[in-house]
Amino acid sequence: MAVVFQKPKSLTDDILTYCPGCTHGIIHRLVAEAIDDLGVQAKTIGVAPVGCAVFAYNFFAVDMMQAAHGRAPAVATGIKRVHPDNVVFTYQGDGDLASIGMAEIMHAAGRGEKITTIFVNNAIYGMTGGQMAPTTLIGQVTTTSPYGRKEELCGKPIRMSELIAQMDGSAYVARASVHDPKHVLDAKKAIRKAFETQLSGAGFSMVELLSTCPTNWGMTPSESLKWVASDMIPYYPLGVYKDSAKGAA
Amino acid sequence: MAKLLMKGNEAIAEAAIRAGCRYFFGYPITPQNQIPEYMSKRMPQVGGTFLQAESEVSAINMVYGAAGAGARVMTSSSGPGISLKQEGISYLVGAQLPCVIVNIMRGGPGLGSIQPSQGDYYQATRGGGHGDYRIPVFAPSSVGEAVTLTQKAFDMADKYRSPVIVLGDGMIGQMMEPVDLPDSIEINNVDKPWAAVGWDGTRPRAIINSLYIDPSVLERHNIMLQEKFAQIESAEMDYGAELVDDADLVVVAYGTVARIARSAIRMARAEGIKAGMIRPITLWPFPSDPIAKAAETAKAFLTVEMSAGQMIDDVRLAVAGRKPVLFYGRTGGMVPAVRDVLHQIRIAAGAADPRNPLEEAI
Ligand SMILES: Cc1ncc(C[n+]2csc(CCOP(=O)(O)OP(=O)(O)O)c2C)c(N)n1
Ligand code: SF4
Ligand SMILES: [Mg+2]
Repeated sequence: MAVVFQKPKSLTDDILTYCPGCTHGIIHRLVAEAIDDLGVQAKTIGVAPVGCAVFAYNFFAVDMMQAAHGRAPAVATGIKRVHPDNVVFTYQGDGDLASIGMAEIMHAAGRGEKITTIFVNNAIYGMTGGQMAPTTLIGQVTTTSPYGRKEELCGKPIRMSELIAQMDGSAYVARASVHDPKHVLDAKKAIRKAFETQLSGAGFSMVELLSTCPTNWGMTPSESLKWVASDMIPYYPLGVYKDSAKGAA
Repeated sequence: MAKLLMKGNEAIAEAAIRAGCRYFFGYPITPQNQIPEYMSKRMPQVGGTFLQAESEVSAINMVYGAAGAGARVMTSSSGPGISLKQEGISYLVGAQLPCVIVNIMRGGPGLGSIQPSQGDYYQATRGGGHGDYRIPVFAPSSVGEAVTLTQKAFDMADKYRSPVIVLGDGMIGQMMEPVDLPDSIEINNVDKPWAAVGWDGTRPRAIINSLYIDPSVLERHNIMLQEKFAQIESAEMDYGAELVDDADLVVVAYGTVARIARSAIRMARAEGIKAGMIRPITLWPFPSDPIAKAAETAKAFLTVEMSAGQMIDDVRLAVAGRKPVLFYGRTGGMVPAVRDVLHQIRIAAGAADPRNPLEEAI
């Protein structure tokens, strides 16, 4: 019998705890597939964030550490310095990475830390019940921006890929989306490329993934996917922002 | 073994290296800068890694990563930086990761001063961060003792899978003294099957974590931690006692203050006052038993600290109201003078006389 579909080896059998229609699950699968494809499962160490993906340590079938909110890049730095031949990745939300953990991510990139960051941007704080994130769009209603995010009060959303690509230490930076099959394939390529960059020793790599939060956006799963395309992508353009193998994009 | 003249901070750093520490993550702050500076020079010579982090927050989380990856690792700081590390220290305890944290205390609160202090006693001995926990705390009173206690700290950290604090006051860090530095010490490299090193499928997957979302599971985790703390309390308490057996007045002091108190006690003895001293070497576990025992024979206690009075709480708990416990302290970076401590001993000795009610003595 031919196998036509299989769960990646780098995912455990645990049932994902994400809400229906949440794309954290797709992103988990893509990361696990990249680890499988590159044959690095036995030497990969992952760092879970504080956020909806906190239980990632149950889902990835690799050695895992759970980090304090925002500190995953510092934890990954400690791991990578001890085990330079291992593959080390962080999996972080937008509150985790772009707000409380801004210093850690910028300096990990600045040092050219040879780690890979999977950055899940859903424009909201999912885990704590839908508060405003630094990536929340102007006008977007959240539980702490009940009148919609106002630029006068909070400034504009922060575009992390553009920022990280500016750092000399970053070697590969891309923004992708998982709202339809074509984009899922692009995202898969980007994630694989990010891990390859780490293996090549070129420097820091990050893939930002636009992701849904139907629960806190107050939308159905299919409305959420459409909103990524209609509202998020125009502000967060997809593409490769840096590829040191090719020169800046 | 060679006798070397070293600054306390440098001696602590070299002691760590000789104890097998190969990873150091820190951020500059006075009066501990000689530790990271020394590490930045020495680590490359021994094949180790020194990394100046972007903040103390990052430094302690790098320590978390390195410790979780199985390495002997250390960080150091002073008051404001130690405060920033507290979240990370709580995570280290929860995830049961061994490491050594050096705090060379300075005056506070806030930015305070850069002069010596013992104002972080509560923070160090009560856990310091959020949650229900304690951490072993060593308080060296000489550069030589800073060396042996730093090395002990690494073994204890590994043995109990816990952070261990070396708590020095600013004077310990800055003073120069001759020290014996063993060329090589026996390193008790324990197996760390729990460490994250890459999972080859032959053992359970390593998960370094402090989250237990189910309250009954978290309670079990807490009970296990408390059992560990109880084990540390029963096995690791350490102190020094001088002239206590026949003492009417027992001074309790730690760190460099104990040296000042020692001189004052000798002068008091010359005056005919029967003074002695108990010097906690571990602040947690606190030497409650020897103090409780001394309370059977001594008539009064005098706690001397470079703070407004923190350790005195632990002395009082041990004395349990049986005898008066007096206090003398300086704050803000001011160091108690021997003659002032002697003066306090005279007053306290007066308090030890039952004909003098305590109120008058104070
Ligand atoms: C120091 C600290 N501050 C705040 C929190 C509470 N907290 C938990 S998750 C979270 C936000 C997570 O949002 P994000 O990183 O965007 O992840 P998501 O849940 O959206 O995937 C916050 C603020 C915490 N755990 N620790
Ligand atoms: S709250 Fe939002 S981000 Fe979190 S699992 Fe649910 S849908 Fe996903
Ligand atoms: Mg989010």
